[in-house]
Amino acid sequence: MTVRMLAEKLDLECISNGDGNREVTGCYVGDLLSRVMGSAKEGNVWITIMSNVNVAAVASLADVSCIILAEGVKPDADLEAKLEIVDAALYTTPMASYEIAWKIHELIGV
Amino acid sequence: MFCYCDFHIHSCLSPCGQPEMTPSNIARMAALQGYNIIAVSDHNTTGNCRAVIRAAAEAGIVAIPAMELTTSEEVHMLCLLPSADAADEFGKYVYERLPDIRNEPGFFGEQILMDFDDNILGYEERLLINATDISLQDVPALLAVYGGVAIPAHIDRSSFSILSNLGYIDRSLGFRAVEISRGCDPRILLENYPELDNMPYYKNSDAHDLYSMLTAKNGLELVEITAEEIIDIFKRGDVPNRLK
Repeated sequence: MTVRMLAEKLDLECISNGDGNREVTGCYVGDLLSRVMGSAKEGNVWITIMSNVNVAAVASLADVSCIILAEGVKPDADLEAKLEIVDAALYTTPMASYEIAWKIHELIGV
Repeated sequence: MFCYCDFHIHSCLSPCGQPEMTPSNIARMAALQGYNIIAVSDHNTTGNCRAVIRAAAEAGIVAIPAMELTTSEEVHMLCLLPSADAADEFGKYVYERLPDIRNEPGFFGEQILMDFDDNILGYEERLLINATDISLQDVPALLAVYGGVAIPAHIDRSSFSILSNLGYIDRSLGFRAVEISRGCDPRILLENYPELDNMPYYKNSDAHDLYSMLTAKNGLELVEITAEEIIDIFKRGDVPNRLK
C-alpha cells in the first residue's frame, strides 16, 4: 500500500505531501529521536508526538516513508520549513499512537 | 564581586551552532555585551573548550569549560567543569557513549573544531546531537567524579527538557538549581509546575548565533573568579533567583 492510500484510509490531515507513491513497509512508534534513528526501518510509517525541527532530519536519516503526528500534534514552524527537503510526507491526526498503529496493521497486515 | 555570566553558549562545533560562532567571535561578543564569565556548552562535546578559554582570555574575560549533555532520555543537562583537563576527560567519556552515527551536515550543520584564533582544526564526523547512553539518574554522580555540576537545561522547553520528557523533577536526584530559557516567564512555568516553587534558577542565553548573545543581565556574586566557585554555587543552589 502506498503512503497516499494509507493516508486516505486513515483520514489523516496532510501537512506536507512528500512522495505519496512510496510503499509502506511497516510501522514504528517512538518519540526519542535517537532511538528512531537507530530502529525505524526503511519505508516504515513513523508515528510520534515530537514536532520539532529534528523530526525532519531523523525521518530522512531513517528513510521512513511518512511521519504521522499523533494526538492532534501540529508541527513547529521550523519543522514545517524543513519538510521541503524531505521525501517523507507529514500527516497529523487526533488519534493516539496505539489506534493508528492498530489500524495500519489491519490495512497492511504487518 | 558581582560578575555577569552566560554559561550556555553554542559554538560552531554544535551542528546547530552557526558557523559565525567561532571561539574568538563568541569571546569578543561576550566582552562587548558586558559579560565577565562565559561557558561554551556544545552538545555532548568539550572539543572547543580550550580554544574558548584562550580566546576569552585574549578578550579580557574568563571562560570555564562546559558541555550540554544529552541523556538517554533525551534530556539536556548543562554540565560545568572545573578545568580544561577535566573537560577533556569528561568529553572522552561522553564520546564513547554516543552512538556511532555520522553527521549529515546538510541537515544538521557542520561540526567545526577550532583553535582560539578561529583556525579550523577539523570537522567532527560523528553526529553530536544524539542521545548518549548515560541515564539522567547517573548524571549527578558522574559529574561529581569530574569535579563538575549538572544543571537541568531549559526546563521550560517543550522538547529535550527534564519536564517535557519526564514530567517532573525527581528530588532524589539532588538538583539544587535549574536553567530556564531566555524567553521563559517564571510565573507561567510555576503555574504549570507549582511544585517547583522556590527552586533556584539561572537564565542563560543558549545562543546559537551572535545575535542571540544578549546584553549581560544575569550574574553571580563571586569571591574569586574560578570554575570551582561557580560549580559550588550551582551545587548549593546559591544563585540569586528563585522561581516565584
